[in-house]
Amino acid sequence: MNFEPDKNGYWGEFGGRFVPETLVAPLDELHDAFIASRDDSEFHAELSHLLKQYSGRPTALYFAERLSDELGGARIYLKREDLNHTGSHKINNCLGQILLARRMGKTRIVAETGAGQHGVAAATVCALFGLACVVYMGSEDIRRQELNVFRMELLGAEVRAVDAGSRTLKDAINEALRDWVTNIDNTYYLLGSALGPHPYPLMVRTFQSVIGREARAQILEATGKLPDLLIACVGGGSNAIGLFHPFLDDAKVRMAGVEAGGSGTGLGEHAARFAKGAAVGVLQGTRSYVLQDDDGNIAATHSVSAGLDYASVGPEHAHLRDTGRVEYGSVTDLEALDAFRLLSRTEGIIPALESSHAIAFAVKAAAEMTPDQTVVVNVSGRGDKDVDAVRRILAGGSE
Amino acid sequence: MTDRITENLKAGRGFIPFVTACDPDDEISLEILDLLAGRGANVIELGVPFSDPMADGVVIQRSSQRALENGVNLTRVLSLAKRFRASKDVPVVLFSYLNPLLRFGIEKLCESAKDCGIDGLLVVDAVDNEARDLREKLAEHDVSLISLVAPTTTDERLERICREAEGFIYAVSRAGVTGAAGSVSREAADLVARVRKFTTLPVAVGFGVSRREHVENIWEFADAAVVGSAIVAEIEASVGTRNAAARVKSLLDQLLPLQKAAHTHKVEGSRL
Ligand SMILES: Cc1ncc(COP(=O)(O)O)c(C=O)c1O
Repeated sequence: MNFEPDKNGYWGEFGGRFVPETLVAPLDELHDAFIASRDDSEFHAELSHLLKQYSGRPTALYFAERLSDELGGARIYLKREDLNHTGSHKINNCLGQILLARRMGKTRIVAETGAGQHGVAAATVCALFGLACVVYMGSEDIRRQELNVFRMELLGAEVRAVDAGSRTLKDAINEALRDWVTNIDNTYYLLGSALGPHPYPLMVRTFQSVIGREARAQILEATGKLPDLLIACVGGGSNAIGLFHPFLDDAKVRMAGVEAGGSGTGLGEHAARFAKGAAVGVLQGTRSYVLQDDDGNIAATHSVSAGLDYASVGPEHAHLRDTGRVEYGSVTDLEALDAFRLLSRTEGIIPALESSHAIAFAVKAAAEMTPDQTVVVNVSGRGDKDVDAVRRILAGGSE
Repeated sequence: MTDRITENLKAGRGFIPFVTACDPDDEISLEILDLLAGRGANVIELGVPFSDPMADGVVIQRSSQRALENGVNLTRVLSLAKRFRASKDVPVVLFSYLNPLLRFGIEKLCESAKDCGIDGLLVVDAVDNEARDLREKLAEHDVSLISLVAPTTTDERLERICREAEGFIYAVSRAGVTGAAGSVSREAADLVARVRKFTTLPVAVGFGVSRREHVENIWEFADAAVVGSAIVAEIEASVGTRNAAARVKSLLDQLLPLQKAAHTHKVEGSRL
């Protein structure tokens, strides 16, 4: 199977570039800079240096023995992206893109954020490189992730609340795109997931693939064989594609992407783009599966985890789903909350609510497997940002 | 095929108003369209509301939102166009994002468009191959796909876009979203000059046109001025009062010279 996009950024029928004309030239410019960086050893040396010395890579691949024992099935290994500087995988992509932005001579960075993790990572790399940073964030997400807002401000970023639409990630992306199109001369759009118009999905995948490359070497070293199953949560899909991509040619390795099942199966109650009734559409520059109503307006979504609360999904995932290479499933808010507590208690690791979806899926999958089998779960981020929200929910309130 | 849109813009000093369809409701919207026709609109751009209008500024975002809250969808937009065109001969161009069109079905849209008096389509987020596919389908039904060009568009792209273009070329006056601006940017004139190297189609300039001097200025170097947010803002200001048409009328009185009203269309009455 071929897992590379064509020259227009399509994986099968998914991807492409659905943007206003004004953005075509800036995207071409970005594409050229990205392609040039791929063959540039200086770029790679600088990025590797930052990933190692600044973010603390490689992140550990940790055998979760107590969790595995408790489930009595497959052996579960955790890829500890939560141990990155800033607490999630988002920094991998931000370090790559900030180097590009600098090469392109841009002086101002705009970014969107859902959970706040990408916003924090973007604000962080801007501080590191002395670049101005504006982060757009839905006002609903600001409410859910207050601490991350303060964090971004401490790092010198300006956080702009977005009150349009559902006031979540999708609306923040619209606003970031509007800012970018208005300020293209000096501004770089640092998109945080494997979404958006070509070349973003390819570029974000490239910078996140360090997760899978490390995991592949680490699991071979630890167990002498490839894993049987990889599991990652899928918001836009960056941590998942980062883990999956280096294994795609290993036909025996199963992979599962986990979407947010939210609080129910009705439109508006979840963010499971691949669930029953899935429809293909165009949102924010790319063709993929999109939760939408009968008139083609984008549906509201819900998840306890802000980072998974998005109506579309990266185009490469849509292709991996349709070709059957990757399975996609969903877990509910409640299951994710249970997994959040389970991993905290059994392993002393508090996962992000996003990552808790992957853990919850692993709990079900591993129990049906045998102890000679191994599962790698991507712990995409740490749960510190969610502790307050979870406390409120457990106390019986809403998020 | 002689394009009615092109014909209507050839004389220059053209006026192309944009309104979000069915905002604030179908009846008032029809009244506004009639007024625009009476005030010499050469082409009318009718906006299809969408939940995520990423190329639009706040005024059009809010009008889109109002329309959606009133349950407006493409079916209703088409029937508004049809009612309008039953008595007026001004070409209508649907202005839309791609997703609502895809959901409705491109085939079905093509079939309905002509019947509803729609002469063209402008799809904000369809460029290159995506636009080409759409154009081929529309062509079978005698509907034009209008192309946008921007100050960022390279000459190489301009040439290709102009070669495939139909109706008129919509030149975006500046990099940015729709909405009011202080003055017409110098970039706009430069862009139109570049466009003229590649096509004889009429060129309209839009984005931020909100004052008489903007219109006059644009007429010096382009064939038509597109006025969107300024009109939509009047409609917004009228919400709850039912005097939207009156407000739009007084805006047009400020915006357009009087003789524009006389310069209506040769063929009055229905072509349908
Ligand atoms: C910790 C964490 N995991 C996962 C995600 C989801 O994004 P993606 O699917 O791009 O990995 C986010 C997004 O904010 C996040 O913060």
